[in-house]
Amino acid sequence: MPQAQPAASAPRRPRKESAWRRRDRRWGYVFVGPQLLGMSLFVVLPFAASMVLAFASWDGLGELTWVGFENFSAQLQDELLLRSIVNTLIIAFVTVPIGLGLAVVIAVALEKLKTRTLYLVLFFAPVVTSTVAVAMIWQQMFRADGVLSTAISNIFGIAPPDWLGDPKLALLAVCIVTIWSSLGLNVIIFLAGLQNISPSVIEAARIDGAGAWRLLTSIRLPLLSPIVFFSSVVAFISSLQTFDTVYVLVSNAGPDNATRTIVYHIYDLGFGKFEIGPSSAASVILLVITLVITAIQFGAQKKFVHYEDDAA
Amino acid sequence: MSLANPRLVDGTQAPPTDSTVALSAPGFEHRPTGARTGKGGRRLGATALHVALIVAGLAMVFPFVWMLLTSFKSLPQLLQDPLAFLPQPWTFDNYVEAWNAVPFGQAYVNSIYIAALVVVGTLLTASMAGYAFARIRFRGSRVLFIVFLATQMIPKQVTLIPFYILMTQLGWVDSHLALIVPGLLANPFAVFLMRQFVLSLPKELEEAAIVDGAGRWRIFWSVVLPNLKPGLAALSIIVALDVWNAFLFPLVLLNSPDLFTVPLLLSSFQGQFGSVNYGLVMAASAISTIPMLIVFVIGQRRILNSMAASGLGGR
Repeated sequence: MPQAQPAASAPRRPRKESAWRRRDRRWGYVFVGPQLLGMSLFVVLPFAASMVLAFASWDGLGELTWVGFENFSAQLQDELLLRSIVNTLIIAFVTVPIGLGLAVVIAVALEKLKTRTLYLVLFFAPVVTSTVAVAMIWQQMFRADGVLSTAISNIFGIAPPDWLGDPKLALLAVCIVTIWSSLGLNVIIFLAGLQNISPSVIEAARIDGAGAWRLLTSIRLPLLSPIVFFSSVVAFISSLQTFDTVYVLVSNAGPDNATRTIVYHIYDLGFGKFEIGPSSAASVILLVITLVITAIQFGAQKKFVHYEDDAA
Repeated sequence: MSLANPRLVDGTQAPPTDSTVALSAPGFEHRPTGARTGKGGRRLGATALHVALIVAGLAMVFPFVWMLLTSFKSLPQLLQDPLAFLPQPWTFDNYVEAWNAVPFGQAYVNSIYIAALVVVGTLLTASMAGYAFARIRFRGSRVLFIVFLATQMIPKQVTLIPFYILMTQLGWVDSHLALIVPGLLANPFAVFLMRQFVLSLPKELEEAAIVDGAGRWRIFWSVVLPNLKPGLAALSIIVALDVWNAFLFPLVLLNSPDLFTVPLLLSSFQGQFGSVNYGLVMAASAISTIPMLIVFVIGQRRILNSMAASGLGGR
């Protein structure tokens, strides 16, 4: 019996591991094996290759020539990449705060309801719909002669906006679609988070005389903040990867490249123009932006995020 | 918080197997709701709340309704009066034409079997790895797990070009293998999630089997896996949604229309017919979305709870 042995030799580690333990170690590698193999081959290897290709010039067939930082300096001076970065950051900084803010408000509102299944289904329906279909449906909504433009024109007495033809509006349209399609996921997560707050904490605050509003702002929202924080990290990372929506909603990166995103740029360089080196350099730039924003978020969390252990 | 049995988002309590959250349940019942306190202001607030939620709900559902209405309109009506609410006359022609123009049936078969294989494969490989990281002590396990966590930070698109080159080398371009094999073998989030689910199981479950001299595989297969069912259900829904809706990688990896997945076929359909007849395009969109929406409505309880569990679990 493996358990009996260490007990006999007390605190000292047994000189020889039991056979079971040794076999067990090997089982560890067997269990991790398939994912380890897949991760090495399909994630780590391509990732390393991307790092290499970013510093090289290669046509995909012949010799690979080192060019140092040439791809990066060329890319960072490329008007198209700069525009892609700006567009992507606008999408991220517009959709994440508004999207998460709306989701918190809706989750708080839904928690008060007794029956909310219908609402949950409505909010979540876009999440189970593919981004391609979402973008095609919204393309109809955004037509210059479509319902949305006509409604706005009638209400505000202005010319019907040409959402997908006007550079500024096209980017706004992408933001609207992004918020609409991801709202339900965050609502569900926040709602579950609110419901997981221990009622004893709420009860204690109520006994101390906290009203509904005070309860919300001083207890429930702070206790929800770790979940909101995690969702914001995920939402930032995924909005920095925006591709499907712009690919389908507005063809060719929109009027005057108004909706060109970094991933669209990577795709366009790599698979449209077969410029492997510059495309890889743009990938590395995307990675750096992602890491910087995530690092900033983790730095800021100390200020805004409250963990239940501290509060208790 | 118990991951394997989180309190369900639709307001009900998880089945009685739940031990960790059950103790907090009684506080729920005597929470007064705003509407019941009887004060006029509160009641007004509750009404405002409902109105706001209904407006938001309509904003969520309207694009789908508009898609359906448009898909039943004839081309002459769309050209003459693009804003008419109801089709006049109702026509099913768009559906017939869209279905016959491109292989939608084939795309559904492709999407379903790719998703099924990736889901089943991921359930096995991710729960194996998650179990090992949670319970087995082996050299390098901590470092490996941190590497697994770190790879989640890498945007998948960063690896797009080398991945494509690798697939060319393997001869998997324009083959479903390029989606299936990497899909089921490389999913760090799934591993992380399954590790969390395993950690939430009581250790005593396995200890009895270890004392009985059972090997790791038997413990995993006949003791751990059966207890992981809620986690496996959650993971399969998450993975299925992910695979079903994937676009960028299928877009670069598949060329033959017969191999296309549903989103890919829909996108290529738009490329061909998008500018001509948008009733047709909306019919194609409906063909690609309605079956998924029906599945979702039927399984909404389970799907919503799984998504909530994964959102909280990734913390």
